[in-house]
Amino acid sequence: MKEAHIPVEAFKMALLQIDRIKAAEIFESCYDGDHVFDVLEHLTMGALEEIGRGWEEGDFSLSQVYMSGIICEELIEKYMTIHELVPQKQIKIAIVVLQDHHALGKRIVYSILRASGYDLIDFGQGLSVEEVVEKAMNHNVDVLLISTLMLPSALNVKKVVEALREKKSLIKIIVGGAPFRLDSNLWQRVKADADGKNGTEVTKLIEQLYEGGIQG
Amino acid sequence: MNSMERVMTAIQHKEPDRVPIFHLFSFYGAKELGISIKEYFSKPEYVVEAQLKMRKKYSNDCIYTFFYAPIEIEAFGGEVVYLEEGPPNSGEPFVKMIEDINKIVIPNIHESGPLKKVLETTAMLKKSVGDEVPIIGVVMSPFSLPVMQIGFEKYLELIYFRQDAFNQLMEINQAFCVSWANAQLEAGATAICYFDPLASPTIIEREKYLETGHKIACSTLSKINGATATHLASGVTLPVLNDIITTGSAVLGFSAKDNIEKMKEKSKNRICLLGNLSGINMMNWDKNQARAEVKRVIQGAAKGGGLILSDNHGDIPWQAPEEILLEISEAVKEYGRYPIKDEVK
Repeated sequence: MKEAHIPVEAFKMALLQIDRIKAAEIFESCYDGDHVFDVLEHLTMGALEEIGRGWEEGDFSLSQVYMSGIICEELIEKYMTIHELVPQKQIKIAIVVLQDHHALGKRIVYSILRASGYDLIDFGQGLSVEEVVEKAMNHNVDVLLISTLMLPSALNVKKVVEALREKKSLIKIIVGGAPFRLDSNLWQRVKADADGKNGTEVTKLIEQLYEGGIQG
Repeated sequence: MNSMERVMTAIQHKEPDRVPIFHLFSFYGAKELGISIKEYFSKPEYVVEAQLKMRKKYSNDCIYTFFYAPIEIEAFGGEVVYLEEGPPNSGEPFVKMIEDINKIVIPNIHESGPLKKVLETTAMLKKSVGDEVPIIGVVMSPFSLPVMQIGFEKYLELIYFRQDAFNQLMEINQAFCVSWANAQLEAGATAICYFDPLASPTIIEREKYLETGHKIACSTLSKINGATATHLASGVTLPVLNDIITTGSAVLGFSAKDNIEKMKEKSKNRICLLGNLSGINMMNWDKNQARAEVKRVIQGAAKGGGLILSDNHGDIPWQAPEEILLEISEAVKEYGRYPIKDEVK
């Protein structure tokens, strides 16, 4: 299927209406033609990127972003299982919610990264600074995605970064969550490498890293 | 004018002597008393002392009896996690599976230790301030509480795919919310602030909100025996402003991200605005920025009354410096005196 013929708009509409059946039909019709996985990736990432941008601009809600990510993740996982595909992108990524127990943002980013072909380790939520540092070191990750909801947790990202750097770790830290949205410079003050405003932006930041380093 | 007269005049869309200011201090009181947040909330006497001190210190036009958001979760038997320099947070959601919703027992307000502390605090403050200053009590909306009860992910599944379970949870939460609000009013609260962050289109699209949270708000607020304010806790409000007006709320807490001129235009003589200083940015402001922000809000929304100046989240962050909060109060007294002078451009 040629790129111009991939029905990104129709797929996006199905996702925004939380219409799992319609989304699956479009997905299937794209794959049926030439059985190329890249087409599916283009379809999902194209739609999710537009939905993420729409959220930034106030056109769509967080619940639509979340449900779209979940539907895409389910579809991608299903096709990966059927066709015995494995994630092609080998960069080692972990995701965690620091201190807070609100995991929605983490789940959105997780789904979008899975839908774009990344495998990633979920450290969970409600972890302390020390627990995050220990897990990141033990798993030897390349990129650590830290989600927060509350301001004190966001400020504590700095402690995570400092503890990792003290251990000579070069793990790249990408942060996200409400405090970083409300204060656009906060990610720099907590010494993160980048601010991931939404799931597709995180994907792009990781792509940059994959291709030679995040400019942060 | 005393604070009560000032606030009531503003809510009636008339011009008082100056713009009222609500510094919405909850756990910030612990900083004022120099004790830990956990200790602070252990005794009503601490909260009373700090509220009275801070009212005087910051020329605050309200008393705020809000302890912390998960206090209601605590009443339901859930966990609260205390932090050193931030609001107590909810722990793991106590409803593990959707099927567990029918096991939830509605807490008896007068048998819940944490809620009783709030009621005692309210009664003591009422005794102290009488009718001179409004006492603002707080409830979480039945529609937004499930984020802490069951977790956001499972709750979205309820909203979109499990209508029966959703309705069941709303029934439980509404019964609790109404009795909690009315108990605070009986204890001496002047009005109830109904926190409903999920009403913001940033979180739930308006169409879905109208099918769900909006109907719940109309029904819940009609059962509360006193005046109510709706607050979306930093969430954007402009696209749902008309909808919130129809719930019967007299005041609306709006976001720093909302366009203030449009908010004023749409709310004029219909709902009093509360906002919209960014609490999170206060920690980076110098005094000049604080004054400029106060001036922006007053110039944008104060004329004709209908404005209470406040932070946009409903909770002053621990990290907001005292000198900035004091500067905000001074700037309100300077720029907020009626009639409001037009800014020379």
